[in-house]
Amino acid sequence: MTMAEGELALAEPAFVRRTPIAPRPPPAAMTGAVAWLRANLLSTPFNIALTILITLLLAWAMTEIMKFLVLDAVWSGNDRDACLESVQHRVIGACWPFVWERLPYFIYGSYPIPLRWRVDVFFLLLAVGIVWLLWLKAPRRDLGAIYFFGVLPVMSFILLTGWSAIGLEPVDSVLWGGVLVTIVVASVGIVVSLPLGIILALGRRSRMPVVRSLSVIFIEFVRGVPLITVLFMAGVMLPLFVPEQYSPDKLVRALIGIAIFASAYMAEVVRAGLQAIPRGQYEGAMAVGLGYAQLMRLIVLPQALTVTIPNIVNTYIGLFKDTTLVFIVGIFDLLRTIEVARIDPKWATPVTSTTGYAVAAIFYLVFCYGMSRYARAMEARRAKSGRR
Amino acid sequence: MPSDLPAQPRPARVAFYNDPKVRSIAYQLILCAVVVFLVFGAARNAVDNLTRAQIASGFGFWNQTAGFDISQTLIEYSPRASTYGRAFWVGLLNTLLVAGIGIVFATIIGFIVGISRLSTNWLLAKVAGGYVEIIRNLPLLLQLLFWYNAVLKALPDIRESIAIPGGVILNNRGFFLPMPVLKGGLGAVELSLLAGVVGAIAFHIWARKRQERTGQRAPVLAVTLLLVIGLPLAVFTLVGRPIGFEFPRVGRFNIAGGIEVLPEFVALLFGLSIYTAAFIAEVVRAGILAVSRGQTEAAYSLGLRPGPALRLIVIPQAMRVIIPPLTSQYLNLTKNSTLAVAIGYPDLVQVFTGTVLNQTGQAVEVVAITMLVYLVISLVTSMLMNIYNSRVALVER
Repeated sequence: MTMAEGELALAEPAFVRRTPIAPRPPPAAMTGAVAWLRANLLSTPFNIALTILITLLLAWAMTEIMKFLVLDAVWSGNDRDACLESVQHRVIGACWPFVWERLPYFIYGSYPIPLRWRVDVFFLLLAVGIVWLLWLKAPRRDLGAIYFFGVLPVMSFILLTGWSAIGLEPVDSVLWGGVLVTIVVASVGIVVSLPLGIILALGRRSRMPVVRSLSVIFIEFVRGVPLITVLFMAGVMLPLFVPEQYSPDKLVRALIGIAIFASAYMAEVVRAGLQAIPRGQYEGAMAVGLGYAQLMRLIVLPQALTVTIPNIVNTYIGLFKDTTLVFIVGIFDLLRTIEVARIDPKWATPVTSTTGYAVAAIFYLVFCYGMSRYARAMEARRAKSGRR
Repeated sequence: MPSDLPAQPRPARVAFYNDPKVRSIAYQLILCAVVVFLVFGAARNAVDNLTRAQIASGFGFWNQTAGFDISQTLIEYSPRASTYGRAFWVGLLNTLLVAGIGIVFATIIGFIVGISRLSTNWLLAKVAGGYVEIIRNLPLLLQLLFWYNAVLKALPDIRESIAIPGGVILNNRGFFLPMPVLKGGLGAVELSLLAGVVGAIAFHIWARKRQERTGQRAPVLAVTLLLVIGLPLAVFTLVGRPIGFEFPRVGRFNIAGGIEVLPEFVALLFGLSIYTAAFIAEVVRAGILAVSRGQTEAAYSLGLRPGPALRLIVIPQAMRVIIPPLTSQYLNLTKNSTLAVAIGYPDLVQVFTGTVLNQTGQAVEVVAITMLVYLVISLVTSMLMNIYNSRVALVER
């Protein structure tokens, strides 16, 4: 031991801290809102410029939209004069009295006014079916499926078209319109396309060459052509193919077209689900002696359909948007009623079109966005259940 | 061979109706019978109905005079002299025109939005996400009607036309662009353009070979631009600019000169591009996310900046995932262009399945031809994309 070291060792420290100093907070620039801003909005000069540009753009767009929908909008009035700049001498936004007056037409079309309660009941029954089927904690969801795919279509048909025997006055489908038709077309597509799609998908994966090739031809043919041509086919060719006295009415023809189209797309979605089922499931089911029908019903389809629920819902969203195409073959769906109403001389102004389209946009956005949120929630749920 | 083993009992013969083979054949025969019965029934009814309605059948109408006008014709067409067959080609070309330009725009917007959704700039990512959510959840038809009726038809009329610098005129009759007028001496320019393209391709091949041999990179982009654009431009100036522009002029009731772009065309192009771009953006985003993060990190650690890393490392790998769904989006755009009928753009469906069908009444032939056209487009596109796909597919070792 050298001298110096010994002396050092002997020197008593005046103070020894026994407890650790509390860590200093990170610099203000590295935490909280400031850090977040710096990392996500202002990280580089380019990003700063981009952020400023987008902020300005958003601010401009938002104020314009707000101005149109709320600030400059007209809230009351009886005819087009209320929404004309030349009459009101101010900038005019959306023309809400037009929507308000035409709302019943947008919802029911020309359905006879005293009978519109039947449409309301139909909406209610449909809502019950949808909640029953989609709400995962609902009781007896198996009964819900039977209700939705079996009972509901029959009840709705009787309710909407009428049945003299039980005192419901018949209503010609020509009078239907607006949201009613949009919902009817979408529901028929939804209710028909799933079972038909499953059959087609199973047919496509069948080992019987005739069944397989017929399924493939049908699916690929329908998927290869635009929906409009399918609707035209159903609209103008179908009446030729059946005896004259059985010729279906216009709405039914459009429904057939939609159903054919949706089934082909659904078949591919279901097929993807079937392919995701490992071979072992098939082999296991066969090993315990299940026949084809039992194998599919009890083992494969329940799994395949669960896997593919998000895709099924996405197909439904596409279908819901595609229902607008019946417009082109002369069915009065929501979009068509808006088209008719906006050129009505009573309300025709420069802002009427945009107002009408805004209403339609909100309607479709709410429905489609709702469905896509549901699909995403199901996906997240599945992802969670797959985790160990 | 030991013979004292008990003889295996022969499996009991399955009754023939339980034999899977017999059953399968029976099912297929029944299905065939049903299909044949339906087809024959439909055909018989069709013949009955057609004779009763006194509608001709067959394709004889193809060579009859059409007698109706079409608002946009890329090939020569006159209502008096041209046939239904000619109208068909006019419609088909219009469809291909709007689909082709729409695909280009949709791809550009789609890639920009898709990459923006993954940007580190939170605001940009959210705005791109909002674009995708809103556009995807609105029916295309609604968007088309909006662009056509609420935007383009709301433009000022001819007398108050908006003049955009560069000689473009905008009003509710459409867009009017300056039309290039060709004068003599253009042959040299065309020749130089051809030479430029050939030279660029040759340079490309040489540059790639040299890079494979020595690792040195050649300024491919600059040389290509110089050869393809610079050379013809130089020749163009040298021979005395043999191109003039005829600018549209605003008249009292009409616009004279220039190229007229129909508002229907613009609305359809806007609608299709913006709608499809939202789907392409999702495809692009999924494709980029499919490239593992390690690739990006490796690129950064090699010293590549984010831009080149995206361009040289991520996108080429993402393209493999992107191409197949991108193809189906292109096909969707082409099929969706049939919505033109709602705003009156003279595409194949509007001209052929609309007007020709109404005039001739020959529903079966007309609808069948239309469907065939789209089927052929679908099949050809998927064939081309399959070829491309097999070329870029991952070669696994």
